[in-house]
Amino acid sequence: MGKAIGVKLIDELGRRHDGRLPDQMRPVKMRINVLENADGSALVEYGRTRILAAVYGPREPVQKFMALPDRALLRVRYHMAPFSTEERKSPAPSRREIELSKVIREAFEDIILVKYFPRTAIDIFLEVLQADGGTRTAAVTAASLALANAGIPMKALVAGVAVGKIEGQLVLDVDEIEDGSGEADMPVAYAPDIEKITLFQLNGVLTREELERGLDMALNAIRELVELEKRTLKEEYVSTEEV
Amino acid sequence: MAQRTIVTPGDKLPGDVEAKEPYVVEINGVKVATTIGLLDTSGEKPVYIPLQSIYVPRKGDVVIGLVQSVGVVNWTLDINSPYNGVLPASDFLGRPYNPATDDLSQYLQVGDYVKVKIVAFDRTRNPLLTVQDKGLGKIVDGKIIEVQPSKVPRVIGKKRSMLEMLKKETGCEIFVAVNGRIHVKCPDEDRETILILAIKMIERQAHTTGLTARVQEYIEELKKVKGVE
Repeated sequence: MGKAIGVKLIDELGRRHDGRLPDQMRPVKMRINVLENADGSALVEYGRTRILAAVYGPREPVQKFMALPDRALLRVRYHMAPFSTEERKSPAPSRREIELSKVIREAFEDIILVKYFPRTAIDIFLEVLQADGGTRTAAVTAASLALANAGIPMKALVAGVAVGKIEGQLVLDVDEIEDGSGEADMPVAYAPDIEKITLFQLNGVLTREELERGLDMALNAIRELVELEKRTLKEEYVSTEEV
Repeated sequence: MAQRTIVTPGDKLPGDVEAKEPYVVEINGVKVATTIGLLDTSGEKPVYIPLQSIYVPRKGDVVIGLVQSVGVVNWTLDINSPYNGVLPASDFLGRPYNPATDDLSQYLQVGDYVKVKIVAFDRTRNPLLTVQDKGLGKIVDGKIIEVQPSKVPRVIGKKRSMLEMLKKETGCEIFVAVNGRIHVKCPDEDRETILILAIKMIERQAHTTGLTARVQEYIEELKKVKGVE
């Protein structure tokens, strides 16, 4: 990610390069039931970032030795499609993708009620169709929707969003350009119903005061995202009623 | 329909709600829904009905299994659950069995449907199945329709009202297994099509009220179109 040269990230009026205010998200779209074969699926868009999530299970693990005697095995694959970035990305899993699969898995380990399905596996596949910053947080949101769509018991719905610092100012939901030339990037995933932060990373430097303020911005945005998730899930049933 | 509300995972429910784990769990002393469901507050006690559920085998359940693999001494059956069922050869054949002389694929092949009962299941081992009871065994005719396990109570209806109506209107024999597989035997193809369409309608609209009457109307309409008496 090279630095954007000559692009003013925040103008005199406090608007960002795409016209957003510092605490404004990109337009968010959510859809469920987008795949026939999967038990649950979702498509989530944060502006130009687009993630497809598919959930399978609980089912017998493909490799039986992996089964855990007391709970379900959770497997997450975060993957960027070769065509998702400006320059072709090799389809082989990179170091970054392996790490993100791990942090996203950990974001759900305490949310899904795995103890009710011992010796089974729950698979979450996250495919980045188009990357424009904030893919891991959008992936968490998509995974949460797909899990609910699959009917897998979970304590609460989760959503994620990133807060960044550009030109000394905290901004919500950073995109690719802001991420590439910003001073800090802080992805957060949160479950508002049980008041639990399930993913928290920080890249760059923030003061203590900035971190607290940034976290507040993220949590407020996530509360709205979860409300949208709930509306999306409910609408699926309301729309069938009218048939 | 203010008495019925759709709830999503994480929504708090009244403390005296009637529901089964794991669809409702207690977190910090508060009852919380874990799947998409309906909260029905029309009765004395609020009731939570999951709109989506996963079939977990229970001892005594009669289910329809699909043969997944033929082993040396048993068959493995997909019973629409996270756990595959095991049907021992000696149980199916009803006699002592010698793997050296008998070939199990002569009796049941991959893709066959079998009506079985669950004899034992305790989470440490896969469910053990039997066919040694009335009406159990290989399914040789009719069709299998799959619905989500959470919609099974709706296909049966209150006091079997929906199921009786379906039988009366279409003249088909219907067996609904708790794992969401429905075995239907119909006098002709038209009735079969009508029945399948009706069951799919029930699955789609399981969360709505007054469904039995609407399905009956729908069947009558289809009968007119198809010209079935």
